[in-house]
Amino acid sequence: MTLLTLDRLTVSLRGRRVLSDLSLDVREGEFVGLLGPNGAGKTTLMRAALGLVPFEGTSSLAALPPRLRARRAAWLPQAREIAWPISVERLVALGRTPHAPGPADRAAVEAALARMDLGALRHRTATRLSGGEQARVLIARALAQETPLLVADEPTAGLDPAHQLAAMASFAGLAAEGRGVLVSLHDLGLAAQSCTRVVVLAPGGVGVAADGPPEAVLTPDLLARVFGIEAVRVETPRGPMLQPVAVVGR
Amino acid sequence: MTRLAAALIVLVAALFSASLVTGPASIGAAEGLRALILGGDGPVPMVMREIRLPRAILGATIGAGLGLAGAALQGYLRNPLAEPGLIGVTGTATLGAVLAIHGGLSALTPLATPAAALIGAGLGVALLMSLAAGQGGALMLILAGIALAQLAAALSALVLNLSPNPYAAQEIVFWMMGSLADRSMLHVALALPAMAVGWVLLLTTGRALDALTLGEDAAAGMGVNLARLRWQIVLGTAAAVGGGAAVAGGIGFVGLVVPHLLRPLTGARPAALLWSSALGGAALLLAADIAVRVTFPERDLKLGVVTALIGVPLFLHMLARARREGGP
Repeated sequence: MTLLTLDRLTVSLRGRRVLSDLSLDVREGEFVGLLGPNGAGKTTLMRAALGLVPFEGTSSLAALPPRLRARRAAWLPQAREIAWPISVERLVALGRTPHAPGPADRAAVEAALARMDLGALRHRTATRLSGGEQARVLIARALAQETPLLVADEPTAGLDPAHQLAAMASFAGLAAEGRGVLVSLHDLGLAAQSCTRVVVLAPGGVGVAADGPPEAVLTPDLLARVFGIEAVRVETPRGPMLQPVAVVGR
Repeated sequence: MTRLAAALIVLVAALFSASLVTGPASIGAAEGLRALILGGDGPVPMVMREIRLPRAILGATIGAGLGLAGAALQGYLRNPLAEPGLIGVTGTATLGAVLAIHGGLSALTPLATPAAALIGAGLGVALLMSLAAGQGGALMLILAGIALAQLAAALSALVLNLSPNPYAAQEIVFWMMGSLADRSMLHVALALPAMAVGWVLLLTTGRALDALTLGEDAAAGMGVNLARLRWQIVLGTAAAVGGGAAVAGGIGFVGLVVPHLLRPLTGARPAALLWSSALGGAALLLAADIAVRVTFPERDLKLGVVTALIGVPLFLHMLARARREGGP
């Protein structure tokens, strides 16, 4: 089943065209990595898909009323804002906002805390945690929303290596359970290793440069053309390993 | 949480009763309360029902509105320094009252001042929403509110400046200081409907304000309608605070201090802070109004002066605590 359908999505911010005529589907069981250099429109694509910025074209999620949409897709913005010194447990429970209160809330919060390895921090004050810990708490909040689709903007930025891998494994786990995950990433290596599909946005708002399984998409030619880099690629038993090593002219 | 609610309710009830038995007429507590409930002839029931009861009701309800609006604005703007005066509606209410006093309307009927203040509050909120209309977020609202508050303050000062009559000027200055003295049940009837509408609008924002802890984008992603929330906050604050300012003048610090004091006791949850700040605001204003009458019974001490005097040491205490903990 399709969890998100974008059809000829066009977004202009302050009169500047950021995305044009972009079409994309995200289906159940997919862990989609959204890649692209700075300014390619990754955040704008996700926000428009959720109906948080005005756009032309159609988005299946943005067409829903806000509260119903929030039960279909959870959104984890890049800005890690925690305004008040609330406890970790309470913060994660905010993910239940779009749902009618009920016995499912408790279980959802517990599952999210366990998945993000936050059991020991649950009674701590969220604003007093380190940046990486806060990032995990905010991911747990999005997980507690228990939506068929999770949309996250650079969720692994600022995490230590172990928690980066753990977060990617959690997303892969969600996809394996039949949910859909759409995550923007800058770490091409993490994307190559964990995502089932990568969508590469070209700079300048010209749309999707490539879309498919990571091993087919992340070719030396595409890396040079879109990202302006040269990368070393090594096949390992755990999947392909990709390490950028040099800047090349685009 | 229920312990906090119970404690605050007991505190408000105690201070409400204390307010009823405080006043220049020497009436015993038991005698006064009996006359209040049972009525009868003579001066005692009249003093209790027509002078002290409206004063206590206004103290509790205006204080509740200030505390609630302060908590709601702090939650909406995610800024612990926000206070109800920030959106400028208190200023335009004051301007309305100042014009009524200056124009001589207040000399004709005592209700002209609060009625003009209420109109000022209504026009103020209309102007505010037209200034801050459209897509803009919390920042637009703050900018529009500051502009409106400055405009209202400047115009009030201008009226005061040009006032040819020193008595009118003194009346304006006293009105701006805020007071609950000599208010009647008519004042209650004028202010209470507006304040009640404000409470309903503000008390129903709890879930949205909780979600807003994570920022506007995350809250919108959780299904919060930000445009509706903004209307609710602005109209609710204007009604709760404007209604109060119309009959009592400008009373500062309550809306700023009360949410601050109660935040640690509510686990910092914006929704829990709404009802608790309403109760806390009622308690603080009742206490201040008792202090006004007890400390200088023979002088007409103004309520707004006392709340400001109470507010400063509370802030210094919080500053000291924040310093000890090494951060806000």
